[in-house]
Amino acid sequence: MDGKVVLSLQNVTKRYPGVLALNNVSIDFLEGEVHALLGENGAGKSTLIKAVAGAIEIDSGTISIKGNAFHKITPHISRELGVEVIYQEFNLVPTLSVAENIYLCEKSENSALYNADEFVKKAAAVLAQFDVNIDPRAMVHDLSIADQQIVEIAKAVSKNVKILIMDEPSAPLSVSEVEMMFNIIRQLKAKGVTVIYISHRLEEVFRISDRVSVLRDGCYITTVNTADTNRQELIKLMVGRALKESYPARKNPPGEIALEVKNLTGNGNRDISFVARSGEILGIAGLVGAGRTQLAQLIYGAVPAQKGEILISGNSAQIQSPLDAIKHRIGFLTEDRKGQGLFLEMSVKWNIVFPILKQLSKHSVVDTKKEDQIAGHYKDRINIKTPSLTQRVINLSGGNQQKVVLAKSLAAESDILIFDEPTRGIDVGAKQEIYHLMTELADLGKTILMISSDMEELLGMSDRIIVMSEGKLAGEVQKDNFDQHYILDLASGTN
Amino acid sequence: MTERSVALNSFGSKIGSLMKKNVPFVILIFLLILFSFIAPNFMTFGNIRTLVRQISFAGISAVGLMFVMISGGIDLSIGSQIVFSNVLLAIMMADWKLPLGAAIPLIMLVGTGLGLINGLLYIKLKIAPLIITLGTSAIFKGFGYIINHSRNIMGFPDAFRWFGQGYVGGIPVPVIVMVVVALIGSFILTKTYFGRKVFALGGNEEAARLAGVNVDKMKVILFMICGFVSSITTVLLLSRVFAGQTITGQGLEFDCLTAALLGGVSFKGGEGTIFGLMVGILIIGVLNNAMQLASFPDFSQTVVKGTVLLIAVAFDVYQKKRKAKVNVASVAA
Repeated sequence: MDGKVVLSLQNVTKRYPGVLALNNVSIDFLEGEVHALLGENGAGKSTLIKAVAGAIEIDSGTISIKGNAFHKITPHISRELGVEVIYQEFNLVPTLSVAENIYLCEKSENSALYNADEFVKKAAAVLAQFDVNIDPRAMVHDLSIADQQIVEIAKAVSKNVKILIMDEPSAPLSVSEVEMMFNIIRQLKAKGVTVIYISHRLEEVFRISDRVSVLRDGCYITTVNTADTNRQELIKLMVGRALKESYPARKNPPGEIALEVKNLTGNGNRDISFVARSGEILGIAGLVGAGRTQLAQLIYGAVPAQKGEILISGNSAQIQSPLDAIKHRIGFLTEDRKGQGLFLEMSVKWNIVFPILKQLSKHSVVDTKKEDQIAGHYKDRINIKTPSLTQRVINLSGGNQQKVVLAKSLAAESDILIFDEPTRGIDVGAKQEIYHLMTELADLGKTILMISSDMEELLGMSDRIIVMSEGKLAGEVQKDNFDQHYILDLASGTN
Repeated sequence: MTERSVALNSFGSKIGSLMKKNVPFVILIFLLILFSFIAPNFMTFGNIRTLVRQISFAGISAVGLMFVMISGGIDLSIGSQIVFSNVLLAIMMADWKLPLGAAIPLIMLVGTGLGLINGLLYIKLKIAPLIITLGTSAIFKGFGYIINHSRNIMGFPDAFRWFGQGYVGGIPVPVIVMVVVALIGSFILTKTYFGRKVFALGGNEEAARLAGVNVDKMKVILFMICGFVSSITTVLLLSRVFAGQTITGQGLEFDCLTAALLGGVSFKGGEGTIFGLMVGILIIGVLNNAMQLASFPDFSQTVVKGTVLLIAVAFDVYQKKRKAKVNVASVAA
């Protein structure tokens, strides 16, 4: 592929205390291409973005944007030259309107005073390009995550973006929303915008990108044309060894019914009924907003149900609070592990034993010996990579944080485990480990409910899938009939 | 390099890292040395005893405040709780002639009750505790004035003097009480199941709730602890002043809060140690005492105290930022 180079990194090096985050990296990005950036967590992708955006100072090397070479780049220069970054955490002001966000801090053209109408009109014009239905006057906190992301893109486009960097843009989106985002990316590409696309989902990389560059441990590995490569090769390049992305085989078939949900209503869901067996991985499919997490919250008592019944091993269980759920040996690994699952400032050990402290305490004094023993046991069992048990969780990688959440539920000896997006934002290697652990747990007779927006993962891991759509159960699919299109049909409520 | 100098070097670096971790402690030592040079009558047993007794009242209440702060809350009504309870206790003894054995337990019940009011308002109204306790602070103080009728209430049993004015082995009773309260507080926070829940609440309330913690119950209990601890301060303060006045206790939360922040208790919750808190209390004690020795005018003392509070908050924020930076670096690895 030949085209004009718009962004070029030459021998860029960035060192953090104790880490070489970017090691002599050189990459060219061409005009009007979608260029995927791949690498495991900690490979240096985020550092690279920040270097281009001018958010950090590089130690050596040059960054050329549209022919202007810089040793030092500031956020201001980067923006002036048309670089815009959409970070995983959005940079929107939730309490302002869409139009105000798109034109944040910009002055009116012909008035010294702020003219709301002018900006609403301009914002509407920008949004119109994307064939979306977003009211420029709506408050950002009232929008769905997908719409918020479109506002981010619109914000970049309104600034005459030349190079758009997107960090894991699909992570919070459902399948159909990803589709919409791809359309927008294609439109931008047609206008000559260079899109740098970072994602853990290889499937997306194949669908949207023209070229792929791989980073590993801060080093540039290679750039390939997407059409000339395949999954296995990319995975090999990313991890530096041949790693099969596969779903481990199950040893034992599902057994007795362990969980039965009857007409569960509340938290936006209506009349949900299904069963899950011991030793079964039950997948829960659905678009974002279909009510999957809300269902998990009902079962876990995080939000009390208005109506309906939950039976555990055939006995009716009154679950009105998380404490009730824990007593019934239900564990919930939330999708938002930082916000809801972990005490980030606390140690690994502290986090793992927290739910079972009562059992570890004698006359309410914590037995620290037992604490070390149990935390150590689970650290080894699920291979949490941490220098010590007293390391603070905030210092661990995403995959290892997820393992701490899992260890917590295992320590509580949960029989029914609800995994909400268990592999979101974690790298290929850690994903494999999580898959193996889930399989192992199912083989031990645990009941696993797995919510995932990654269809391939859901099909690969589940024994059976129930599909949700708009707060209701839309159908159930047996393993023999697993078919991505059929499930998507059910999920989008077309049947 | 000889073995001995290596050992000395590593000893030196150990001290260095210890000092970095205990900045407030280093400041305290520095102030002690500084003032013992400036004011010759500073470093005397008599003066230090006075100094610690002066600050012990705020020191006791600060332990209660710290429980609330670690859980992510704040109680600005401490001083006003004391204003009210102080007048009520005086009335109980002077007007109602209640014996000590009845009046003291009763006032502790009342103090805990004031905490209960704060806690219930907090969980029912779901308004930030800063605002709740700002409101109740005005209310408690107002009731204190109402029942006081602008009197100077006197006529307590002589035995009551012991609590605020007595000594055990040459050490003032309030100081001993402060040490005991601090030790109990430290034990609860670091060794018990309950203490872990306090940290959990301040560290991540939603995660604590999902882990099965009854968050509302905890919040109420913590405010009750704070109220209970301050009722102890009430008894000691009234005994020290030996007259029921509405001025007693006013603004005490200011010293408690400053001490907590100086000692590394995070304003956002989830962090803090009793040792740090006591260091913070002593720093304030030393400053108060030194300013009095140097006969600073009252108003200037207020300026200095305000400045110290701001420095303490800035220090808290600075440490957070530094930590965040270290985290970013290690996550990038």
